[in-house]
Amino acid sequence: MSEIKKVKNLKEFSTSADRFEGANLLCPGCAHSIIVREVLNATNDDLVLSASTGCLEVCTAVYPYTSWDASWIHIGFENGSTAVAGAEAMYKALGNKGRLKQPDRNPKFVSFAGDGASYDIGFQWISGCFERGHNMMHVVLDNEVYANTGGQRSSSTPIGSSATTSPAGRVSYGEKKNKKDMMAIMAAHGSPYVAQVSPNKWKNMVKAIQHGMEVEGPVFINAVSACTTEWKFAPEDTMAIQDLATDTLVFPLYEIIDGTELNITYRPKNVIPVEEYLAAQGRFKHLFKDQYKYLIKEWQERVDAKWDYLQKREEARV
Amino acid sequence: MREVISTGNQLAAKAAVEAGAMFFGGYPITPSSEIMHESSDMLPAVGGTCIQMEDEIAGISAALGASMTGVKSFTATSGPGISLKAEQIGLGFIAEIPLVIINVMRGGPSTGLPTRVSQADIGQAQYPTHGDYASITLCAGSLTECYTETVRAFNLAETYMTPVFMLLDETIGHMHGKAEIPDLEEIQANNVTRATNYCEPADYLPYDAEMNKPAVLNPMFKGYKYHVTGLHHGPTGFPSEDAYQCEFNIERLVGKINTVHLENNGLDDLPDYEEVDLEDAEVCIIAYGSIALGAYEAVQKLRAEGIKAGLFRPIMIWPSPINRLEEIGAKFKDKILVTELNMGQYSREIERIIKRNDFTKLLKANGRPIAPAEMVAKVKEMM
Repeated sequence: MSEIKKVKNLKEFSTSADRFEGANLLCPGCAHSIIVREVLNATNDDLVLSASTGCLEVCTAVYPYTSWDASWIHIGFENGSTAVAGAEAMYKALGNKGRLKQPDRNPKFVSFAGDGASYDIGFQWISGCFERGHNMMHVVLDNEVYANTGGQRSSSTPIGSSATTSPAGRVSYGEKKNKKDMMAIMAAHGSPYVAQVSPNKWKNMVKAIQHGMEVEGPVFINAVSACTTEWKFAPEDTMAIQDLATDTLVFPLYEIIDGTELNITYRPKNVIPVEEYLAAQGRFKHLFKDQYKYLIKEWQERVDAKWDYLQKREEARV
Repeated sequence: MREVISTGNQLAAKAAVEAGAMFFGGYPITPSSEIMHESSDMLPAVGGTCIQMEDEIAGISAALGASMTGVKSFTATSGPGISLKAEQIGLGFIAEIPLVIINVMRGGPSTGLPTRVSQADIGQAQYPTHGDYASITLCAGSLTECYTETVRAFNLAETYMTPVFMLLDETIGHMHGKAEIPDLEEIQANNVTRATNYCEPADYLPYDAEMNKPAVLNPMFKGYKYHVTGLHHGPTGFPSEDAYQCEFNIERLVGKINTVHLENNGLDDLPDYEEVDLEDAEVCIIAYGSIALGAYEAVQKLRAEGIKAGLFRPIMIWPSPINRLEEIGAKFKDKILVTELNMGQYSREIERIIKRNDFTKLLKANGRPIAPAEMVAKVKEMM
């Protein structure tokens, strides 16, 4: 068994040995690096990591430098999860044959991918990994847009958001489809642990990551990652935006155990109106024009309905 | 003539819409994404549809499906996207579904050099998928050609009932400048409309084509029921393993392009290549795509220094202008400089045609362009 890393406070956590270096080319204010560092800091175990093509990959390994002090694979856009699954399957096979030099090291297999590489092009590959039951963790850095290729919409882009391929203007309010519910889809795979996390709630996040690393089987983590460039807010406001995301309940933090047992892991003391979350980001600016204001009301209703549903699911224990 | 200030990618999208395209299915990929951005704006404005699909395979599949309804359809991507689309490109070849595939080339293999220029998909455009078939591939050498050759790609796709590749490279795709393009009326007057067989629906045989002729596929929703498959098929479209039928099919698929190209010295009336100062030249530079822009300058500089240089620039890459290349091989002997941004993919085709390899190559595959000065220096070495 691996030892669980004890994290007492934020200072200790932020100064503990980094396996993901701060020196990278991500935009100032990008939440990706915060999330990745927290994931890697949650354990002292060996790590086998992959990153699908995306902002994280292109900005953290520019020859001759790397931000990763761990085994790291960059593969295609769609198959980071599968590469990690292959490594994990071989690790198991070598272990079964008694051919591991240090069989007690218990490395953790983690794939990182954006929402495009998880919700869209990588979807069937992740589904395959979860159906086969690899002992791995897939972390989505969910910034709700293809940020690396110029801000096109993905199936994670929420209603009303303006993206390059769903632009808002005179005839359109931007993205017209609601965000794909990946949490429910991955829970339906029977995953032992599925959780939505946000780096502003770092203790909550570390707890979820540590739990995910301890359970056997494929674990899905959806990490909300505010994108200063495409969400259009000032780089110094990242944590404020993350706070708005969790405290307006646009991104409720919850976990689903064994595909059924749902627990809400964070209840904001003061729930903030969704309008404030929308107003803080340029991608929703047009929603405040008279013709689209009805969408703000719909947003609030949708968020309320989801929160209501999550609470009922938690209560029902099914 | 119209004067526009635009980028190569925007011009390709504009050309598609003005050539009559009504459907785009694609997926974001650098350096081609602007074609989708433009299409998402321009297609709905003319009653067409632009869909960003969930991946590259879905992008081309939707475009193939849309094409079966009778509309001109296209997709745009870069090398890694073509790799993913490869299986469906094969379906396009065997089922004879017209489609334009724009590839804005970047460095490869795999993720390669996403933001840097390359011409390393020349070989991929010839044989993108398994099996026997013949590819039609055009390559834009200027902003104007990003427009005119894309229009031509649509016309060729509809004429020959086949996927057609339109190659741009990162430099030309992102190049921003003035271009002169033909008037819209002129383009529309020459747009090819897909052939339709207005027979009784009961008598309709979609794949009952003569040797070296394309199938006549009637649009969906018109009352003609037929079978479309990636399997070998007979005249009805239903699968067949009949030896004669399979042989006839393959010979027809290859012949409708390669044989027709050879017999008619081209697939249409438009030029398959451009020649600059070649009549009195003593040395011939062969270059295509954005590299040809540097080659024009190299020719001028060499002539200013008293070396009579000329340029041969292929526009239709596949099928290659075999007859003319044979003549050039015979005329210039070893005084030929082939310059391209790969490890010699088009040079191999020239070797194959002129049956010699005594010419000089100036190749680069590091994501950087080839400067005119490098070409000038290389030619001086040869003289």
